[in-house]
Amino acid sequence: MRPHPLVGRLGKAPARSRPGRSSWVEVIFGYPGGAVLALYDELYRSGIRHILTRHEQGAVHAADGYARSSGRVGVCLATSGPGATNLVTGLANAMMDSVPVVAFTGQVATSAIGRDSFQEADITGITVPITKHNYQVRNVRDLPEVMTEAFYLARSGRPGPVLVDLPKDVSTAEIAADEVVWPQESSLAGYRLPRRGAQRQIRAAVRALVQARRPLLYVGGGVAGTKAALACRSLAEELALPAASTLMGLGVIPAQYPLYLGMLGMHGTVAANRAMAQCDVLLAVGARFDDRVTGKLEAFAPHATVIHVDIDAAEIGKNVRAHIPIVGDAGAVLDEMLRLLPEYREAACGPEGEEDLARPWRLRVLAWKRQFPVDAGDGSAGPGDSTKVGGSAGVGGARGPAMAAEAGTGPRLRPQTVIQAVAGRVPDPHFVVTDVGQHQMWAAQLWPVSRPRSFISSGGLGTMGFGLPAAVGVQVAHPGARVVLLSGDGSIQMNIQELGTVASERLPIKIVILNNEYLGMVRQWQELFYDRRYSQTHLSNPDFAAIARAYGLEGYRVSQAEELGPVLDKALASPQAALIDVAVAPEENVYPFIPAGGSVKDMIVGPSGPAQETAAHAG
Amino acid sequence: MYRTLAVLVRNRTGVLFRVASLFSRRAYNIESITVGRTETPEFSRMTLVVGEDAAACDQICKQLSKLVDVVRVRDITDEDIVARELALIKVAATPDQRQAIMQMANVFRARVVDITNRTLTVEITGTEDKVDALIGLLQPYGLREVVRTGRIALNRGVRGMRGSLMAALAKSRQAALARAAAEATPAGQQVARL
Repeated sequence: MRPHPLVGRLGKAPARSRPGRSSWVEVIFGYPGGAVLALYDELYRSGIRHILTRHEQGAVHAADGYARSSGRVGVCLATSGPGATNLVTGLANAMMDSVPVVAFTGQVATSAIGRDSFQEADITGITVPITKHNYQVRNVRDLPEVMTEAFYLARSGRPGPVLVDLPKDVSTAEIAADEVVWPQESSLAGYRLPRRGAQRQIRAAVRALVQARRPLLYVGGGVAGTKAALACRSLAEELALPAASTLMGLGVIPAQYPLYLGMLGMHGTVAANRAMAQCDVLLAVGARFDDRVTGKLEAFAPHATVIHVDIDAAEIGKNVRAHIPIVGDAGAVLDEMLRLLPEYREAACGPEGEEDLARPWRLRVLAWKRQFPVDAGDGSAGPGDSTKVGGSAGVGGARGPAMAAEAGTGPRLRPQTVIQAVAGRVPDPHFVVTDVGQHQMWAAQLWPVSRPRSFISSGGLGTMGFGLPAAVGVQVAHPGARVVLLSGDGSIQMNIQELGTVASERLPIKIVILNNEYLGMVRQWQELFYDRRYSQTHLSNPDFAAIARAYGLEGYRVSQAEELGPVLDKALASPQAALIDVAVAPEENVYPFIPAGGSVKDMIVGPSGPAQETAAHAG
Repeated sequence: MYRTLAVLVRNRTGVLFRVASLFSRRAYNIESITVGRTETPEFSRMTLVVGEDAAACDQICKQLSKLVDVVRVRDITDEDIVARELALIKVAATPDQRQAIMQMANVFRARVVDITNRTLTVEITGTEDKVDALIGLLQPYGLREVVRTGRIALNRGVRGMRGSLMAALAKSRQAALARAAAEATPAGQQVARL
């Protein structure tokens, strides 16, 4: 019996033929089935770690979480037909957020393809628009080349998911060891990687930054690599740049940086969005000007000279015109900017000083930051929020059984308070994973993220159900770190079966559900734009703590403010996984809020409406 | 406003689908798309005619370039090019109408490629305008069937995509040679095997 080359690639090749270390695989997230029986048989004998998720969607999100948090390629495996189609959401998710994932799918035998065979699906056809590239291997001899390319493509340049479809006759074929040749990675004819960026453009960028009176740094997920993040931080500090981040870029600029203004965009801070509207030089790095960041394009950074650094040339000018486009690796470009900085700084200021053109601007953004802190749920925030504590308890119609029992027992916990309480208790190193919805935005606003790759969230696609399986992947990649999942009562139910994976793999993940018995974000829009017609957004929930216990995990339910601290302490101290279901104020909204397609002028700062922002904006 | 793109692609399964899928996914208007082999079997060449302005076309080129199977994209609209389309036009024609139709075809340097008692088929090569003009003239006789290839285009003179093709070819042949060499190495001395 000869080893299958797939397995060889993944873990057992002899040292001298080993492909690059960076493409080495230590763990696969997967789910078996008829078309991948041969692969699972090889896995059985290979000793490669395989994590059995409870749904293929869980496998691909876990591979994604593994990759996002570690920077390594995440690998998942599913069978043909339904197994493969269950990966679709996860692949689209990884594509939108540029996450390196390699997905292997089984396929019916080559002779059966195209005959609508049992469990056949055209997965390569289906996934063309949601993968960086995909392959169907028709001959086992092509496999080494495909494997090499797949891993190389997934992690190089702008990373992304790559799918490899393996017909059953290919995955069962045997190939003599001496027939297997691992090719060089660079043999792809049409695939070129931009590296350093054009020197002339980098110089123009540095000149613009040095001369700027109102500069702003806008960081995205493309800067999350360790080296790039370090360079980005250094540049921000060197130039004392006010900095704002996208959801994907959280942690690149640590929350502790004094000129850090927080997240941008729809639920971004007042300071970040105002700075964007008023800056004169905008340095965008590894960000793609998503509509959730820009809002109305005409009102986005209207006065700014835009410097756009991105490894993907197609991102430049896609949504916003770049005056100084730089196509290159963020780390290399930022390093070069740092190197050139002294030269231009001298030229700009001269030896005798009057050096700080941007000082008034910095004072202004700091004043905004102070004046409009994010509502942390502790009464420290700006106007209007005090009325909100348990404010709308009577509204919203029927309650689920758990809620009904607790009604009228005092003010509900505010979700922001809960996030603060969790954040204050989690030691470093830690990772916080979120699902999608209101809790995600509160977490993005309030969690003090200090390292890149430590805030794990589905950004571009906004995939509810991402959180739990992603947390599995994060914990597998970082066994020694504390992994906290913040989820909602809607999101958690979209992949709740992965509690089974958490239990069987004994992963000590701490799951906090902010339970408002609503699809909160949709409800918020219904409240604000559909006259409170809460169409299909109320949820009658099960007892989540009991579900956790049924899986053999610790389960807690918190409904009173005074219970929160002790329960969190207990759950976090336990070596086991724990789920804490926290009943929170049902009609709390995420503020600030710029309605879709709006600008900073339309920003709703708090429950009392947009008027105050408009007034304040004039100043 | 139409723009012409020349696209050199690796001759792989599904490459046409990948290109077409990109246009559909990003909602770009595509007027015509043709594909065929080049002077080397490893690569095919497409000619795309897109109904977008120069700015949108720039974005299209960048998105196309990202496809792994795409070796080179070139917007040749404003370059010195030869652009042609071929059409087969089947006209309803009674024997006594043939002469008139064939005369018109002659003026357009089109050829008659099939004649039956009731039809006459003309083959024409030229710019889209020329093809349109002939079709317009034949319309009154009754068009039975029309098929057009869509535009193909090539730079005049030495400009073009030859360099890109040769570079890509060298790269892929090098890889193939390395593979062959490794496969030929006796078992005991292999450097790159499982």
